[in-house]
Parts: sequence; C-alpha cells; structure tokens
Amino acid sequence: MDFSEEGLELKEIQRLEGHNDKVWSLAWNPTSTLLASCSGDKTVRIWQRSPSTSSWHCKAVLEETHTRTVRSCAWSPSGKLLATASFDATTAIWELIGDDFECVSTLEGHENEVKSVSWNASGSLLATCSRDKSVWIWEVQPGNEFECVSVLQGHTQDVKMVQWHPIMDVLFSCSYDNTVKIWAEDGDSDDWHCVQTLGESNNGHTSTVWALSFNPEGDKMVTCSDDLTVKIWDTDSITMQAGEGYAPWKHLCTLSGYHDRTIFSAHWSREGIIATGAADDAIRFFVESKDGLVDGPLYKLMLKKEQAHDMDINSVQWSSGENRLLASASDDGTIKIWELASIT
Amino acid sequence: MTLGLINANPVVHAKKERVARTEDLHGDDALSVLSEESITVDEKLGRILITFTPTIQHCSMATVIGLCLRVKLKHYFPPHFKVDIKVSPGSHANEESVNKQLNDKERVAAALENPNLRQLVDECLYSNEL
Repeated sequence: MDFSEEGLELKEIQRLEGHNDKVWSLAWNPTSTLLASCSGDKTVRIWQRSPSTSSWHCKAVLEETHTRTVRSCAWSPSGKLLATASFDATTAIWELIGDDFECVSTLEGHENEVKSVSWNASGSLLATCSRDKSVWIWEVQPGNEFECVSVLQGHTQDVKMVQWHPIMDVLFSCSYDNTVKIWAEDGDSDDWHCVQTLGESNNGHTSTVWALSFNPEGDKMVTCSDDLTVKIWDTDSITMQAGEGYAPWKHLCTLSGYHDRTIFSAHWSREGIIATGAADDAIRFFVESKDGLVDGPLYKLMLKKEQAHDMDINSVQWSSGENRLLASASDDGTIKIWELASIT
Repeated sequence: MTLGLINANPVVHAKKERVARTEDLHGDDALSVLSEESITVDEKLGRILITFTPTIQHCSMATVIGLCLRVKLKHYFPPHFKVDIKVSPGSHANEESVNKQLNDKERVAAALENPNLRQLVDECLYSNEL
C-alpha cells in the first residue's frame, strides 16, 4: 500500500480518563470491541464503545487482585480470557463470565516483577517474562489450568517483553540486556531453547529493547529501544511458509534520527503502518518507502503527532478493525483513541 | 543518552552538597554519604538533568541516592517535567550500569513499590530535611 500521496492526519477521537496512575499497556480484544488498559494504580480497566453514542466508556475495573503495578495485558485469541502481568510477580487470568470479569487463575513462579504476557496464535500457550531474567512458557489446560512447561534462561538482564510469532509457535523476547532472543521447540524433544540472539553484532540495539511487533505476514519485525532507534528485521518467508520450522532473522534497516528520547512501544498495523510511542510524548508513523531503490525497501516517517499526550507514551496499539483506529497510553494516566484519517 | 536538546546556555539552578544519612546494613551507627549535585533545568522543554557525585567510587548507595533525588524532584517540578539522572562522569566504578538503572523508569517505578527500598528512600529524604 502506498501512503506517500495521501494527506493524513491523526485525529483525536476520545480521551479516556479513570486510571489514577501511569497507564502502562493496552490491548484490544480480537474483535476490537473491547480495549483493556493496565496501570500503576494496580487495576485493569475494560473500555467499551457504546453503540448508541459511539463513545467509549469504562465497562469494568478489575481490581483487588494485583497488589502492585499491572504492567501488561493480553487477550487470548478467542477473546474469552485476559491475562494480566504485574510487578507483584504474578500473572492473573480473567474470564468474561456474563457481564463481569472474574479472576479464574493466578500464575506464580517468577521471582520478581512480571513485565509482559503473550498468547500464541492458537491460544494453547502463554508466555511471561520478568526482571528475574527468565521467560516462562505455560500450557493452557482444561478448566483454566496452566502448567509451566519451560523456564527459559538466557537473557542476562530484565526481560521487557515477550511476543509470540503471529503464525508459528516461535517466541520472541526483548531485554534490558540490549538483545532480542528467539525461542523455539526442538522438534523431537519438546524442549524449548534459544535458536537465535539479535545483538549488537547482528546490527542490533545498543541499549534496552522495549518492544517488538510483527507485520501481518509474520516475515518482518520491528523493535524499538532506549538507544533511540527503531529497527526492522526480516526472515526468509519461503522457509517459514513451507513449515520448515524456524528460519533465521536478519537486520533489514535502522530508523535513527527520528526520536530523541526512549521509544517504549512500536506496533505494526494490518496495512503495514508502524506506529511508535515515545518518551517525548509523540506518536510517529513509519511506512515502507517505495522509492525504487535497488538496495531494497526503506522505511520513512509518514507522520508525527507531537504532544499527543502530556507525558511519556508507554503503549500504542492499532485496533484490528476496518478504520485506522489507534489507542495510546501514557504516564499522564490517560488513554487516547485516535483515527488516522484523510485531511478534510 | 537522551538529552540532545538542552539549550546552549543552561540555567544552573542549584549546585549543592547533600548529606544523606543512612543506616548501614549491619545496623551500626549512621553512615553518612556525601554527594554533590548539579541541576540543569530547561523550562521551555520541561527537562531536567541532574548529575551527582557520590564521593566514594564504589558507593553501593549510588542507586539509592539517585532514587532519592528522583523522588525529591518530583515534589518540586510539575509532573510533565522529564528528569534524567546521572552520576558525574568518572565518579563511579559502575557509572554506565548505575545510569542505566536510574533512567529506566520501569525499574524506578518497581523499586519504589518495594516497601523496603521505599522505606530507605523515605528515611534518607526525611533525615535530609532535618
């Protein structure tokens, strides 16, 4: 899709208030009818759009469960379960029962703050990561039981985020140790191990990697870092599609000079627009630049929205719906819903 | 790693010596730790850079001092001000590691939720007021 000729602007649709502290993370449910947000106020809020007024309101507050900051949340692919990761070292699993959310399970095991949680494409596996440097893989069993099937050691520091590949059961993690690690199961032994590390020697980041996101096809990945750059990586899609298992990832390009403070979040939309949220309170959009260069695709800055929030932006998440809706979460305690629309 | 835009003529608001009294881990008499700070504020951009010099190269309290400074500064400046804290270059053996921790806001937030650490920070700040 070529965005270069479109005059686009980021329109603020609504500002969601309610949290009493930093909002760290956001997650749209699979149908994008619900938005979950989690905060330093130890709660998770579920926001829903009213069909009559088209405006968003808080449908539920998930509280009195986590005893510290809730750092990350993720919906299962079916949309029936919500996992929430907390600094209290636990991961809670919530189920929508009727009109209420109930905590149906609590996953314990990490030694300290859990930073991120992610479901695989089929919803059969859950991954969590922590400041304890480990990544845990849990198998989802009947009756909302979760069994830890692997504790992955390898990162030498705090692990900031885990993300399953959108198609394959391959797990990606990024860390304060400046690397991205890729974990896959050994075909025969069901043992999970690190199959690749993307570090400085592979043109990797030179400071904490805060987030990663895949393009819809799953053959490209974007990472963002405290080193003020955003990097694009790719893999051999033929090998991947042939189901031959894991194929190595390599650095494709680095976007530098666009951000002057830490980039906390990057999210790739279905149409190929990369949104970033940074500590300079701005949201930026990058797209592939089809300038016909022989050396392959480059990415360019399509739009920048300064002062999108009053404070650092911790998370940007595209809705999976038709319209180009984006949600952003900030240290200022608010969430904003935006629409990337043609200038009228 | 973050301050390309501090203006060319920074206004130095304060350069002072601070004595933080803490009890060392063995419960002996209060250990006094000296540090000197310099603060640079860019009001237009809403950014603050504070550098402090722990007087001992291997000061194990460096991260705690940094935390104390962050908590203290929060009370003096509007919430949207961005604060970067560093040990002054060459003043600490683990300079990079200390700076990285002090400027990782997720680590700072988690540290301040730790009751033991929070108590230590509160005690340092309280004793400072005296």
